[in-house]
Amino acid sequence: MQRFSSPKHFFEMSAKLIPWFAVSALLLGVYGFYMGLFVAPTDYQQGESYRIIFVHVPAAWMSLFIYVVMAISAAIGLIWQIRLADTIAAASAPIGAWFTFLALVTGSLWGKPMWGTYWVWDARLTSELILLFLYFGYMALQSAIEDQRTADKASGLLAIVGVVNIPIIHYSVEWWNTLHQGATVAKFDKPSMHIDMLIPLLVLAVAAKLFYATMVLVRARNEVLYRDRNRRWVRELIEKL
Amino acid sequence: MNGSEFNWSEFLHMGGYAVFVWTSYGLTLLMVVVNIVSPIIERKRVIARVKRAIKREALREQNKS
Amino acid sequence: MLKAFYYLLVRDLRLAFRSRHELANPLIFFVLVVTLFPLAVAPSEDLLRVMAPGVIWVSALLSVLLSLDRLFKQDYEDGSLDQLMLSPNPLVILVLAKVSAHWLLTGLPLVLIAPLLGLFMYVPDEALGVLVLSLLLGTPVLSLVGAIGVSLTVAVNRGGVLLSLIILPLYIPVLIFGANAVDVASDGLSVRGQMLFLGAMLALALSLAPLATAVALRITASR
Repeated sequence: MQRFSSPKHFFEMSAKLIPWFAVSALLLGVYGFYMGLFVAPTDYQQGESYRIIFVHVPAAWMSLFIYVVMAISAAIGLIWQIRLADTIAAASAPIGAWFTFLALVTGSLWGKPMWGTYWVWDARLTSELILLFLYFGYMALQSAIEDQRTADKASGLLAIVGVVNIPIIHYSVEWWNTLHQGATVAKFDKPSMHIDMLIPLLVLAVAAKLFYATMVLVRARNEVLYRDRNRRWVRELIEKL
Repeated sequence: MNGSEFNWSEFLHMGGYAVFVWTSYGLTLLMVVVNIVSPIIERKRVIARVKRAIKREALREQNKS
Repeated sequence: MLKAFYYLLVRDLRLAFRSRHELANPLIFFVLVVTLFPLAVAPSEDLLRVMAPGVIWVSALLSVLLSLDRLFKQDYEDGSLDQLMLSPNPLVILVLAKVSAHWLLTGLPLVLIAPLLGLFMYVPDEALGVLVLSLLLGTPVLSLVGAIGVSLTVAVNRGGVLLSLIILPLYIPVLIFGANAVDVASDGLSVRGQMLFLGAMLALALSLAPLATAVALRITASR
């Protein structure tokens, strides 16, 4: 395990993996967008505006998925003292925050034709907003502590505390929302989905995961280079470039 | 598309929701591009930094001898 | 172990009573913030009554947040935190003692003065009891969860804003249930569910937060 998770080994392995992930993300992404925009039929209730679902829902799924991945790798880093896991957690945070931001913006763009306003304190949008704050907290703590090792461990613990809290936050926001929901507010109800709508949605969800896998490796490689900048293997590698 | 010509202007019009749909897709594309470009820039910065450090240390070695 | 808990608790209380003027600050802050609202909105009874649960709860939350600093900061700076971490007693118990002292010094006074603020904000008499009870269940959770945040940022200079950024999202469930209980009680309805949920959150925080705080202190405060 120690050898497997050594930075040098990771650097070599990831170089082989990245092209595979990148190409399959691209292929699935193009296929998914083609299916979503050209093949999927018009929704009988929402017209063409429902096509935002194909970017909004995968982004929302990713925002939660990445936070969980981040917390798990932070836990691995804390318990088994594997620094590579800390690196993966740190590299995940900005990508997760971007997906969360995207889910929020596309959600409000979808809300405008549905609700008539860009923002409604809908349970899902509100949870998404709180998730964005959780990401910001993680990144702020990570950059506030100077010592890299301490920063990794402290922000890792925060990610774990956050992941324990997410279900509680989610449940209470959902509950809060049902109390205050006016009759005029329509929900993002999952319509009984046509199979031609479901396929692009799932394809794009997988594409988003592959995109994340690619980008987290790319970012983690930068981190590894930077953190090991005084080691010999990095020096030798960079002199060759 | 069953044999008939595909209607591009109708497609771009998105049944009147063009602004919302295309802004969403555009922002998604932008987010993907930003996420690809920023680590590439970061990588160049890290490499440049290490190269500078190597040069500095080489100079110091020279001055010593 | 119980002895260690007791001694640390008494020590913290004694230390706090030595600087009595500082002790009242969170309380004054709490009253002051609530007073701002009638001035900012309008002294209309209907309006204030609707806003009251939220205003009182948000002010209590901010007041606890601002007082969190003294939980570990001073001990960290004068080195007594290092001593605590070297002691043979489990750190979890010591953390629990410190958090208990913090709650007795800041949370409990907030609970006791809340009826007065209820009167300021035209909370109906029958809801005052629920206001006190919800704060009684909720403020310990704020202290416990806050302790995690303080211990993570104890070594960071000027960590005040950072602390709020980390902790406030985690306070949201307490805020939702606490404020809603008062709101519902004002309409004369049962608040059993809300109270049970606040109690469950207290039990969860009581069992997990000291653990997380102890781990966090070992990470950040060891020199």
